[in-house]
Amino acid sequence: MIEAQHLTKTFHDKKRGLITAVADVSFTCRPGQIYGLLGANGAGKTTTLRLLATLLKPTSGTARLAGFDTLAEPGRVRANVGFLAASTALYGRLTAREMITYFGRLNGMAEDAIAARLKQLADELDMHEFLDRRCEKFSTGMKQKTSIARTLIHDPAVMIFDEPTLGLDVMTARSIVKFVRDCRDRGRTVIYSTHVMSEVEKLCDIVGIIHNGRLVAEGSLPELRQRFGQTDMEEIFVQAVGGEAELIAAMKN
Amino acid sequence: MNWNSIVTIYLKELKDSLRDRRTLISMIVVPTLIIPVLSIGVGTIMSKVIQQARQEATSVIILHGEDSPGVVAALKADKKFRLVAPEGDYKQLISDKKVRVAVDLPPGFEAALRDGRPQTVTIYHYEGELKSGIGAGELERFFRAQRDRTVEARLAQRGLPVDLVKPYEIKRQNVAPPEKVGGNAFGGFIPYIIIILSFSGAMYPAIDLTAGEKERGTMETLLCSPVNRLNIVLGKFLMVLTASLTTILLTLASMAVSAAVGIMSFSGGAAAGAKAAEAGTIPLIDPLGVFGVVVMTAPVAVLFAALLLAVALFAKSYKEAQSYVSPMIIVVIMPAVLGMLPGIELTAKTALVPILSLSLVCKEMLSGVWHWPYIGLIFASSVVYASLALGFCVRQFNREDVMFRT
Repeated sequence: MIEAQHLTKTFHDKKRGLITAVADVSFTCRPGQIYGLLGANGAGKTTTLRLLATLLKPTSGTARLAGFDTLAEPGRVRANVGFLAASTALYGRLTAREMITYFGRLNGMAEDAIAARLKQLADELDMHEFLDRRCEKFSTGMKQKTSIARTLIHDPAVMIFDEPTLGLDVMTARSIVKFVRDCRDRGRTVIYSTHVMSEVEKLCDIVGIIHNGRLVAEGSLPELRQRFGQTDMEEIFVQAVGGEAELIAAMKN
Repeated sequence: MNWNSIVTIYLKELKDSLRDRRTLISMIVVPTLIIPVLSIGVGTIMSKVIQQARQEATSVIILHGEDSPGVVAALKADKKFRLVAPEGDYKQLISDKKVRVAVDLPPGFEAALRDGRPQTVTIYHYEGELKSGIGAGELERFFRAQRDRTVEARLAQRGLPVDLVKPYEIKRQNVAPPEKVGGNAFGGFIPYIIIILSFSGAMYPAIDLTAGEKERGTMETLLCSPVNRLNIVLGKFLMVLTASLTTILLTLASMAVSAAVGIMSFSGGAAAGAKAAEAGTIPLIDPLGVFGVVVMTAPVAVLFAALLLAVALFAKSYKEAQSYVSPMIIVVIMPAVLGMLPGIELTAKTALVPILSLSLVCKEMLSGVWHWPYIGLIFASSVVYASLALGFCVRQFNREDVMFRT
């Protein structure tokens, strides 16, 4: 379960002054659901997800993940979260096995539990062939599999995906989408940020459209289609953010 | 603070760093090779060059030697000299290094000697040129011996004893024990090398573990784990400190090996080397002083490790971090060099200047002087500086604008 309550994050920028990256964002995502956070570049998706993963502290508001408050118990929140982003890379000089085992240890798992879970993940993801090779030599697909195993080693209840298909080839992107669906089917709470409309249509049970740090529209796909009188997700998105001119102006900022 | 997490991070960083070529070079290769190369390599070449210059006969031009055949014949008979006919400008020939030296005998030199008239023999040489300097020395020794023989002959003629012109001998006797001699000779050099290498040994891992991780995108992966930032900092810090201390210990070990090899080759065997050291002809270093140097360097290594981590963390990339860290070497070298200069002594004020105080106290400890109040003050102040730096480093890790700087 994810409950974001009035999350707000401001930054000081030397040139631009006070910037509000996330403004009063509230939403709920239940176990077995995928919440899609849809927004243009710079809309506040990554900041929102970093706030949820306790990588950043909110200026105001809070969130509860798997029953733990991000402000009061950030460590326990992270222990129940698997965070996968384009910016979360692997240690090139470690092997896949060492990498995954390291994160098992950081999660306080016992060695035998790590070994058992690693075997299970390697079976599921078909990783045995490259498990003892260094990550720096991996193909994109191998890297993604290793990253997925890294996020799942501690069997988290909540999964956070920040544009995980960014820059990936079609086959790898498809396997990620399948993996996200598997997470939902196994009862995990999933939040997924993207600016790719087709991914939202394929994956998400609830969609939150974020623009200039604000959640400007939220609902299931049928609800959004009904509200905006459109069937195409792209049209819904453009209307929700206030039209093309507004979108262009926001992108310039 | 969770020691399990700290040790997990430390061991992973250690494994990761030992697989990094740059860290291996700065931590292991540089300290083990630089000292032998500097002391044995350069030293051997230097001594060989000097030995060769000494063995070679000195080329000499004799000016106005026509009426002094005795002296010219004696010079010719001496194997140390090779007479060159005075063709062209002798000064130019010396400047061009074609001839090492020239000697100008005054007209009628031998006749004047017989008559007892005072004379001046002039030796022309090229100041600062090794071979010319050696040649001038040989020539001076030759004429001094000639003069002494003349004096002895004159005294004998008059039936007077030789002691008449040499009423007493002058002799120097060293009272310093060999380890003090060594301490004074190398006391400034050893801490200088150790300070610089403890900094450079920590430099690459510090950059790799912070800016390097940011650049490669693994920092965010690490921050996603439940381990809190304090434990992450301490794990990384311990790794950087390990690199620094390893560099110091390897430097000292390679210094010891170089010294042993040097003494053996200098005195022709281990037994002879030990005898020479005992006799005080070879400078020794007090092992207790070396131990003191290691103990006093430890908090400074902590200071370096913490500062380097904090500064490198601010950078977004390896290259940016290098541009921040490289000028810091100058800041480290300057007080280390100041400590080597004569005249800068350990006082209550200099004891509080980081790095300089270490350099000064090491110099004293290596020459067998133990100023306990200063040693205590320096150790305590170093610990305070190191703690402040570590605190600063932890603070940097908790700053969002540093960790997620874009």
